[in-house]
Amino acid sequence: MPDGAASVLDVKDLKTIFRTRGGEVHAVNSVSFDLKPGELLGVVGESGSGKSVTMMSLIGLLPSPPAEVRDGQVLFDGSDLLKCSQDHLRNVRGSDIGFIFQDPMTSLNPVFTVGYQIMEPLRKHMGLDKSAARTRAKELLELVGIPDAERRLKDYPHQFSGGMRQRVMIAIALACDPKVLIADEPTTALDVTIQAQILELVKELRQKLGMAIVWITHDLGVIAGIADRVLVMYGGQIVEQGPVKELFGNPRHPYTRALLKTIPHVRGEREAKLNVIEGQPPILTEAPSACAFRRRCPHAFDRCERENPVRRPVGPGHDAACFWDPENGAADA
Amino acid sequence: MLDTAPKTDRKKLVEVRGLKMYFPITAGVFRSHIGDVKAVDNVSFDIFEGETLGLVGESGCGKSTCGRAVLRLYDPTAGSIRIDGAEIGQTGQSDLRHLRPTMQMVFQDPQASLNPRMTVAAIIGEPLEEHTKLSKAEKLDRIYELMDAVGLNRNFANRYPHEFSGGQRQRIGIARALALNPKFIVCDEPIAALDVSIQAQVVNLLEELQDRLGLTYLFISHDLSMVRHIADRVAVMYLGQIIELAPRDALYDKPLHPYTQALLSAVPEPDPNIEAGRRRIILTGDVPSPANPPKGCNFCTRCPKVFDLCKQVEPEFREVEHGRYVACHLYSDTDKTAGQAAANEAQEHPTRRTT
Repeated sequence: MPDGAASVLDVKDLKTIFRTRGGEVHAVNSVSFDLKPGELLGVVGESGSGKSVTMMSLIGLLPSPPAEVRDGQVLFDGSDLLKCSQDHLRNVRGSDIGFIFQDPMTSLNPVFTVGYQIMEPLRKHMGLDKSAARTRAKELLELVGIPDAERRLKDYPHQFSGGMRQRVMIAIALACDPKVLIADEPTTALDVTIQAQILELVKELRQKLGMAIVWITHDLGVIAGIADRVLVMYGGQIVEQGPVKELFGNPRHPYTRALLKTIPHVRGEREAKLNVIEGQPPILTEAPSACAFRRRCPHAFDRCERENPVRRPVGPGHDAACFWDPENGAADA
Repeated sequence: MLDTAPKTDRKKLVEVRGLKMYFPITAGVFRSHIGDVKAVDNVSFDIFEGETLGLVGESGCGKSTCGRAVLRLYDPTAGSIRIDGAEIGQTGQSDLRHLRPTMQMVFQDPQASLNPRMTVAAIIGEPLEEHTKLSKAEKLDRIYELMDAVGLNRNFANRYPHEFSGGQRQRIGIARALALNPKFIVCDEPIAALDVSIQAQVVNLLEELQDRLGLTYLFISHDLSMVRHIADRVAVMYLGQIIELAPRDALYDKPLHPYTQALLSAVPEPDPNIEAGRRRIILTGDVPSPANPPKGCNFCTRCPKVFDLCKQVEPEFREVEHGRYVACHLYSDTDKTAGQAAANEAQEHPTRRTT
């Protein structure tokens, strides 16, 4: 990965809250990260850890109310996406930033043909006329590996299988050559053999098109296969960040370490009993003043109760938000 | 749980022979019958007492239908099902009622399978209400006992399902299934709706209960790594048929059927060093429709090792090694000329893994 290159996307101190009848829920708490050109950034975490909400806050996709982006800065192309107008945001969405949603069954409009849905961003954002847009749509369908593309443009979403629909979603997201592609659990609803096809396709597309990708998932196996860098999220915060090999080979945060131990493997030694992380993930009703993982953490000590750890460097390009040190134990104050 | 290969002298608790479950397709105003969706097509297997049989496959392959048909939640089109010596394949639903306590089910979606208007105690107590004549106090004792067994706090007995998290709801579902001391439980994707860190808790609970109560499970899942953990033997389904059935270690170490090989190679491994060097078998295309399965072998449209015979003759599901069954022409004796060469190749690269 090109080190030191200017970031395409720079997120600083993002805070998103939801107003509910039971009070405020702090879904994203001071999340900061950046995305380099051409990089694939993996984001892992359990459901409710704030990974989808973070990405949707970036491009203003959350309904407000109940959601409110309270603080932060999202620098993209020199402008702050949180402060710009709706019109500008609409231009950015779909053309500069593509989004692939989790469920290909519900994110395509059932009453329009697939061709129409791919051509829509092309005509809106790139100003192509109908025939040019159709030619481009056909190219896109061929790019994502849908056979007989010309004819399938006239088909409706229900005529495609799950894997094919996800390919169509990818084609729509890629339509205007985005600089950044945000993929929110794009393979979670798919079977493993279809998932393998999509992963292979994304690897191939990256080489061809070279855009930066944010890939959200809860499957550590998928991340290990495709990501360059990984963010681990827990309780609406990034608890660990590092290059993929470093993070899997030398995990520092107790949550990452526990997560890697709980998943059974298809190959290698079979454990007699699964390791578990006891307890439940937290629901944050106020901004965290202590470590969010302390209740489930085997290494928690009194400092974890008192203050919320900030991310500190623990290796080359690798940081973790934890007071505990795997080598020296609960040392540094 | 037994970690060795199952011995043949063990008692068979469940015997399924030639199970077929067809759903009719109708058309026109008169709903005339124009075809069938062959969700489960001629499936046979045994489950020994005290073991866990894993049933894996992609969505739509018929694994859930198979599990439900075995418990007679559907009326199967054909086939015989024996549970604990009693034939239930074609028995009427009213005669089945007194057999229900021995066989129970844990459902996939704990949100949808618990009545939101009933308290936890009422949910767990309902089977007792229906099938036993316990007094109120005895019933409450049993409910508390069950809640302890699955790790739920007794104080929560009067709460409603929405007050619990996904993992806890699944525990309620498990407690309900255990209420009548069943021998056989069908677990239909019990962990699919749960988070990774919660999945392990539920799987460990199921294993503990099996050890303690001597339960027999049919564990349906699409998660191959979890099935490797919990199952003693594994059956792989594709398009309504079981295409391979083998003891767990044999299946994961050396899968025989090309579909099993592809399925296992598609599972991503949480280790970037292994992932970087691994070659996947990428299947092309999608699963054909079960309403119109291909001629010959069901897998012939996507199989990387397909040859002419596969497109004409349906392979027989037969025992190729002790305890290992596979339905593939690569391993049949009758067509040695065509099959053997390809089979040898398959043996040389069983998992196609290069590290």
